[in-house]
Amino acid sequence: MSDVRIIMGNEAAALAVKLARPGVIAAYPITPQTKLAEILSEYVEAGELKAEYVRVESEHSSLTVCIAASTVGARVFTATSSNGLLYMHEQLHWAAGSRLPVVMCCVNRGVGAPWSIFNDQQDSFSQRDTGWIQIYCRDNQEILDTVLQAYRIAEEVYLPVMVCYDGFVLSHTMMPVDVPDEELVRKFLPPYRPPDPLSPDRPVTINPVFFPSRRENAEGVLCDGYMEMRWKMQNALERSGETIRKASDEWAKLSGRDHGGMLWEYRTADADLLLTGMGSIATEATLAADALRAEGIRAGVVGIRVFRPFPGKEAVRAFAKARAVAVFEKCISYGYEGGVSSDLKAAFYGTGITAPIHDYIAGLGGRDVKTRELVEAGRATVAAVEAGDRENKLIWLNCRTE
Amino acid sequence: MSETIFKVNEKEYILPGNRACQGCGLSLAYRYILKALRENTIVGIPPSCLCVLHGLYPTTSVTVPALNTTFAGNAASAAGMAAGLRALNKTDITVLALSGDGGTYDIGIQSLSGAAERNTDFIFACYDNEAYMNTGTQRSGATPLGALTSTTPILTKQDPKKDFLKIMEAHHIPYLATVSPAYPIDLYDKFVKAKKIRGTRYIQIDTPCPPGWGYPTKDTVRIGQLAVETGLFILFEIEDGRFRFTGRSKTMAERGGKLLPLVGYVERQSRFRKMSMEQLGTLQAWVNGRWEECLKRAEG
Repeated sequence: MSDVRIIMGNEAAALAVKLARPGVIAAYPITPQTKLAEILSEYVEAGELKAEYVRVESEHSSLTVCIAASTVGARVFTATSSNGLLYMHEQLHWAAGSRLPVVMCCVNRGVGAPWSIFNDQQDSFSQRDTGWIQIYCRDNQEILDTVLQAYRIAEEVYLPVMVCYDGFVLSHTMMPVDVPDEELVRKFLPPYRPPDPLSPDRPVTINPVFFPSRRENAEGVLCDGYMEMRWKMQNALERSGETIRKASDEWAKLSGRDHGGMLWEYRTADADLLLTGMGSIATEATLAADALRAEGIRAGVVGIRVFRPFPGKEAVRAFAKARAVAVFEKCISYGYEGGVSSDLKAAFYGTGITAPIHDYIAGLGGRDVKTRELVEAGRATVAAVEAGDRENKLIWLNCRTE
Repeated sequence: MSETIFKVNEKEYILPGNRACQGCGLSLAYRYILKALRENTIVGIPPSCLCVLHGLYPTTSVTVPALNTTFAGNAASAAGMAAGLRALNKTDITVLALSGDGGTYDIGIQSLSGAAERNTDFIFACYDNEAYMNTGTQRSGATPLGALTSTTPILTKQDPKKDFLKIMEAHHIPYLATVSPAYPIDLYDKFVKAKKIRGTRYIQIDTPCPPGWGYPTKDTVRIGQLAVETGLFILFEIEDGRFRFTGRSKTMAERGGKLLPLVGYVERQSRFRKMSMEQLGTLQAWVNGRWEECLKRAEG
């Protein structure tokens, strides 16, 4: 029996967390994440979810609580947005360096200064290099399904997973969501059995000071140094793609819903122009692709679902036949360009892909991105390439730039 | 005291050979803390002298499990362990967060205040050596008036020490106590008692530090005793709001309440070598005032 509810993205995330049955939840309110923290507290106080809910005094502490609770063996959850995520920055590194399966939702919002409570992806983009897996959702169903997948992935590869979804655009927008039953979820996500929880039965000091070189332990065995630990983290991230795809495939088999593993494609088979992006803007790009096709431009969409580890090889396959690429992104590395654009170019280097890439910075601080604007951008990109302009471009969409 | 020394748990939880400095007040205190709390304990550690004491990967001289965390986060980390253990029904484990004064008075105050306000089920102990000793004696909120530090190198610290015990008392936690490694039985008894209490227990440890305070390493216990005998550091506990002198401070209070002059404490430490008479007078007046306040509280 399917249980389809018309709910907001934050409720979809909360329902998924309830189904995943974490032992410890810690959260601090911030717009637009707030409703998620509130709904979870209701579940706990009503007895629907048996978890310790730690109502911390800051985001720094919410992630710290999750890290420590995970260290002693509990499944954990937290969520935040914007400056809350930035306030966690030190602990984001700590969670990944500790190789803990922490799952967090980042309800994407622009960062200050100046203040914006509205959506873009600068918050999670700024945390790209912390060692977290980052997955971007395109609708509320995907939020629910991805939170469940996130636990599967995190607990298999021992890396924290950030499930990112656009503030307001998804968090506060009602959509139909099929809520799976507990039995189905249990098949997919068994209870967490940590291999080495910190306990008096296993008296070790976790995360002490490492010296640059490898050092011998008391038995004379040469142990990892800081660099070996870092290489292992990089290696785990590189290999996590396989686990991400497997989790996605298995969930698709059980639930009938496939959101793509690392990336997804829409009408790409014969496309000359490929539109791409992460999260809800990529969903919108599918409408733009339809409109462009109606005008005779063969457009398709490649949605980047996983930003870290970056699906470079998949991207090369997906973009191999493109004649032009338009990237729509709600984040930028100031002084250079958008992050997706940079990563795609790096992935394409030396592969023979020479399609010009137009990097459209869009929707910062919640500026509305209309489908027609994406259509116009796609049209302009095609026109420039057909006119023989092979330059890559950085374009601020719907922004006065004089 | 001779009747009580034999009750101390004989087992050692810190093996010989650790990275603490010679004469370290922390290592002496830590030895007795672990004897009091015993095996079923997990320790939370921020970057600090304690982190150094625990050693470099992959060896440690400490036989209880420990979790290092970031500077601001020790109270939150310990709260997370407490929550995690509760979620797993492991309710017989004592969680001890042990931070220095920087990790308590300064960068750690936010997460500690939050955890105490939530009455987190843990012991938070602050080993107060009155400056950032691990990084080489920089001024902290716990540094006393008139002390030289590497960031008050010429003029001495111009501001008095933050009254952190008052701040913690204002959280109305079930148990609050002060201890000194110079009085290990009093320290031991308080940690044994704290272990049995549920909720937030805060214990402040006066922690003499030979390199930071500038006295010979053999004098750690003597300096600790002088801090108590001059009334600069008072041994007491507050249990469910009731104040009680303990140990040496109790004896002093019962025998007429006389304090040794502060100058005898100050002149033995090179950190006070530039202290002005005015600063000494200010500090002495503060000590006298607080001692009177405690005597009144003990009566009432």
